Amino acid sequence: MPEKEKKKLDLKIREMPKQHEDIRRQNFDEVALGYPANIAIEEAIRCLQCKKPKCVANCPVEIDIPGFIKCIAEKDFALGTKILKQKNLLPAVCGRVCPQEEQCEKGCILHKKGGAVAIGRLERFLADWEATQGEPPVPSIPPATGKTVAIVGGGPAGLTVAGDLINLGHDVTIFEALHEMGGVLIYGIPEFRLPKAIVKREVNYLKKLGVKIVTNYVVGKTKKLDNLLKEFDVVFVGSGAGLPWFMEIPGENLNGVYSANEYLTRMNLMKGFQFPEYDTPIKNHKRVAVIGGGNVAMDCARTAIRLGADEVQIIYRRSRDELPARLEEVENAEEEGVVFHFLTLPVRYIGDENGWIKEIECLKMELGEPDASGRRRPVPIEGSEYIIPMDAAICAIGNNPNPLIPDTTPGLEMGKWGNIKADEETGKTSKDRVWAGGDVVSGAATVILAMGAGRIAARSMHEYLTSS
Amino acid sequence: MFKVIQSEMIVPNMHLLTVEAPDVVQEIMPGQFVILIAEEDGERIPLSISDWDSENGTVSVVFMNVGVTTNKLAALQAGQTIPAVVGPLGLETEIDKFGTVICLGGCYGIGSLYPIARALKKEGNRVITVLEARSSYLFYWEDKLKEVSDQLLFISRDGTKGLRGHVGKLPDIINKTGGAVDRVIINGCTYLSKRGSEITKPLGIKTIVSLAPIMIDGTGMCGVCRVSVGETTRFACVHGPDFDGHEIDWNELLQRRKMYSSEEVIPMRQSKCEDHAHHISD
Repeated sequence: MPEKEKKKLDLKIREMPKQHEDIRRQNFDEVALGYPANIAIEEAIRCLQCKKPKCVANCPVEIDIPGFIKCIAEKDFALGTKILKQKNLLPAVCGRVCPQEEQCEKGCILHKKGGAVAIGRLERFLADWEATQGEPPVPSIPPATGKTVAIVGGGPAGLTVAGDLINLGHDVTIFEALHEMGGVLIYGIPEFRLPKAIVKREVNYLKKLGVKIVTNYVVGKTKKLDNLLKEFDVVFVGSGAGLPWFMEIPGENLNGVYSANEYLTRMNLMKGFQFPEYDTPIKNHKRVAVIGGGNVAMDCARTAIRLGADEVQIIYRRSRDELPARLEEVENAEEEGVVFHFLTLPVRYIGDENGWIKEIECLKMELGEPDASGRRRPVPIEGSEYIIPMDAAICAIGNNPNPLIPDTTPGLEMGKWGNIKADEETGKTSKDRVWAGGDVVSGAATVILAMGAGRIAARSMHEYLTSS
Repeated sequence: MFKVIQSEMIVPNMHLLTVEAPDVVQEIMPGQFVILIAEEDGERIPLSISDWDSENGTVSVVFMNVGVTTNKLAALQAGQTIPAVVGPLGLETEIDKFGTVICLGGCYGIGSLYPIARALKKEGNRVITVLEARSSYLFYWEDKLKEVSDQLLFISRDGTKGLRGHVGKLPDIINKTGGAVDRVIINGCTYLSKRGSEITKPLGIKTIVSLAPIMIDGTGMCGVCRVSVGETTRFACVHGPDFDGHEIDWNELLQRRKMYSSEEVIPMRQSKCEDHAHHISD
């Protein structure tokens, strides 16, 4: 088919417009601006509509990717949105923050030729298109089953479980510890990467479907999980991230040394960048070091730039090739002026007489033999210590699962990292009628993996509810 | 939204706020705290719980008006609402039959000490409650505390009630108990807790303090409330707020508490607690 041959030749991934770095350094607005419709259609036409699509196989929530892309190519955005939302309740979120290059796009047949279809951008395009079409239609929901579901945590895992189970006719209540819904989507991911209005829109949609939402409610503290089980048929625990990791080096409790969670929560959930209009303060540090090389580290560094820092440095103990952050985020950070120090390890924070950090002592590293993760292990170079002046350091090296449910629920089997043990196939925990998923099970991971875990648990919970 | 049932200044600059929060009181224990938001767009601040009423579903806090948020909370009137009351958070104060326990309270800690003394008394302890303030007019809840204490003593800096002086008088009180003191529990400002702990350490009396570092989420996520206890870093929101006063790195804690004082507190900080600490170390 000549038409098909022509398609195969088009390996040019359509660029998505974004704010210029000189401008975006000074605002908190979204950086990537999304495809206009004509570009989205051009990009969608590049899809070869594989019979056995590897992109779908690589998607944690099994979206019918060729299906929705075909609709874009045919300009039927409404049908495309419908197909997309059958499997993904949060397309506007996933289109922005999913690591598509590691998942669906990696599976794309055009990937090997260097031109994978920009599935994430197309997903985002549809979700954003839908938002401009007024209130989304509420699908008809099957008759009430009379079964009650409690969900602990209003983040990506919990939202997915809620959406799946309300659509099956169950009575769903989400308990959220913070004063706003969304979990990491609200407190963690910055506005310039994921506008909070999008998260609110998705949460409102769930409310319209009939999901009950209780904020300011800390299961484990306000009510023990065991007592919640007396009121609900099943419980899903998606309580997310917990205590941040520090490197356990001297000076980490100096003022000006933050965990990424604190820095980002001050900024995003509490709107610190709008202090004093909002009450929660944040310091406008001038020289900021961010320790770590993941997406969270990039978020912190780019936030510090926007708060007016003169110099923001990412300190990472391995080399550029091992950076766990998405390439897109690394590039964005570099464009905005973040400086990377690879093969560098902080060994000590040095404080001034008032207990504020003033310097970081670092050690240069070199790559040695591969470690258990298969990556070459960084080894310190003896005598390479040097000192960098700095007035803030943000430690973005990960966190434990949240401890509140494990600490207050006897009989819940735990893993060695303080995570809740849950079956990979079902999300079922060791405790009767309790499922779990997301960071509280896996440790710090991605939004889409949490959503995938939610999807798996929801399926198993539904089976249980309909068979019992 | 959470309805304010009662809001009053019980002694100068010290406020009692009672809010309707029926969920919060279901599993509440002495020594825990709540996080409140005073108004939309407001910050989250932790306050120790002073009392509660399970039947009516209300929780009470006593706080000093020292900064932006406490100022807003102080201005509330019965019938108004606030956007968030979360809790109870943190671990409860360890309650057991210890024997003789001195409960030392100052500032807002006089309030949060009340449910602790009540629980200790119920457990069969000999409870000696010691209240400390600058002057007689700053004491409150004497009647409530008297009911749950075997002895209620006062230390005022100007000598207008009880012993004249500061927490430095604690050894005199301990000597007068006529027997061993098995435990000291301190609720109050960081200076009172620090000095109290420094006094009991050489005497070898186990001392538990309730800390109030800066917090945001209060659920073990953000890590701003970290405190060095012994050789390890602990997080006050989930491992505390109670810690062994002899193990705490007090200077670090004091510095950490001042992290945002230029933004928040300096204009309103008139408690002179620092002066008091300097006097003692002089």
